[in-house]
Amino acid sequence: MKNNDTISKTLIVAVSLCLFCSAVISFTAVNLKDIQEANVRLDQQKKILASANLLDDEKSIEELFLNIESKIIDLRTGKYDTSIDLSSFKESDFARDENTSIILSSEQDIATIKRRENYQKVYLHYKDDAISAVILPVRGYGLWGTLYGFLALEADLKTIVGLEFYQHKETPGLGGEVDNPRWKALWKGKKISSETGEILISVIKGSVNKDSPDAIYQVDGLSGATITGNGVSNLLNFWLSDLGYGPYINEMLTKRSSSDV
Amino acid sequence: MSKAKEVLLNPIFNDNPIALQILGICSALAITGSLYPTLIMCVALTVVVSFSSLLVSLIRKHVPNNIRIIVQMTIIATLVMLVDELLQAFDYETSRTLSVFVGLIITNCIVMGRAEAFAMQNGPWLSFVDGLGNGLGYSVILIFLAVIKELLGAGTLLGFEILPLVQNGGWYVGNNFLLLAPSSFFIIGLLIWALRAWKPEQVEVPQYTIAKNSLNSEERVI
Repeated sequence: MKNNDTISKTLIVAVSLCLFCSAVISFTAVNLKDIQEANVRLDQQKKILASANLLDDEKSIEELFLNIESKIIDLRTGKYDTSIDLSSFKESDFARDENTSIILSSEQDIATIKRRENYQKVYLHYKDDAISAVILPVRGYGLWGTLYGFLALEADLKTIVGLEFYQHKETPGLGGEVDNPRWKALWKGKKISSETGEILISVIKGSVNKDSPDAIYQVDGLSGATITGNGVSNLLNFWLSDLGYGPYINEMLTKRSSSDV
Repeated sequence: MSKAKEVLLNPIFNDNPIALQILGICSALAITGSLYPTLIMCVALTVVVSFSSLLVSLIRKHVPNNIRIIVQMTIIATLVMLVDELLQAFDYETSRTLSVFVGLIITNCIVMGRAEAFAMQNGPWLSFVDGLGNGLGYSVILIFLAVIKELLGAGTLLGFEILPLVQNGGWYVGNNFLLLAPSSFFIIGLLIWALRAWKPEQVEVPQYTIAKNSLNSEERVI
């Protein structure tokens, strides 16, 4: 048998194998990219619908999504912004760009997201021509990585319909239980803030005492996942504060009260 | 029995990678909670192990000895990434359920073991069949686990209700423990017991036996 152990043979085999394998992988990755992205988009739409409890087995996601309108808002003013094209909006690009985001100081950055984009895409669900749910994208750091999700609020913008994460790196079985339907069901009907507008929603350690006056703002912690729970509390508190959707929520509420008059 | 047939069928019961060699336990524990993802995982592993054996065997005469493990790993990793890409494109839901476990096929000892122990010494066809056989051996155990876990844990099979659960107005109280990963230890343990009772030649010779207490030790205590 030939001697394979010479340096030149080793290099030739290693290099050609690497080239061949990377060519195969790149070829597949490039060719499948469109289908994969379509899947991710569909999954995102599904999560948006799920956060507002709108999933229906009999209807397709596309069909259900027809009742949802997406709009870009300016997080600084809380007003809708029509100058940005909806399809070109990408949260991660805007958050990275210096011109479209702000740096958060360490006291501000309770959700550990470093930069906050100035624009966000929100989703409005209409039922009989009236807004029935407002779905807000949220994100923040848990234990191992950033959790990305959607918070759905009722039209009063105080009551939670649901919270759904579409991407996270939490430990399966512990922090990963943020995906557990039983835990997610606990969010329904909770209030985000007191009458005076103070944000009180939090994930507590242990179970909620039902008799406590604060029970309406509290959700049971996940056992073995205190840090993930704190992360979820922090990210909600950040995104509901004045740095997050606070101005938008105020804007919506004033608009409603003026139209009532 | 022809050599190919023997190579194909032996790993299923006589030389099962999970039950006899105790390899590839990680994914057997983690993803067997429901049957459908398990089936996809079995197909993925079988494809990877058979084609990696085939490819390793094809180039085995040109692989320098000191980089052979890396060469095998590269081939296995490429195949795993291919499978992962395909899953993400054509079965996104399952790919999310299996999450890291598809990627972890790279480190599944069955794949590496077959490449190093069989494909480096045998021809491409036989290596392919050997990979296929080991993939099937792995699949038999995983499907067995998943059927028990999903049926007795959640009362369903492939998502269809077989045993109506009490929560849904039926009579069956689901065993939640079976839906968790540790239950696989018990099921695999019982399975190995059953298999070795059926085929006693699989029982290993004990490495040592505990010596009987000598009379002296009793006296010494006193």
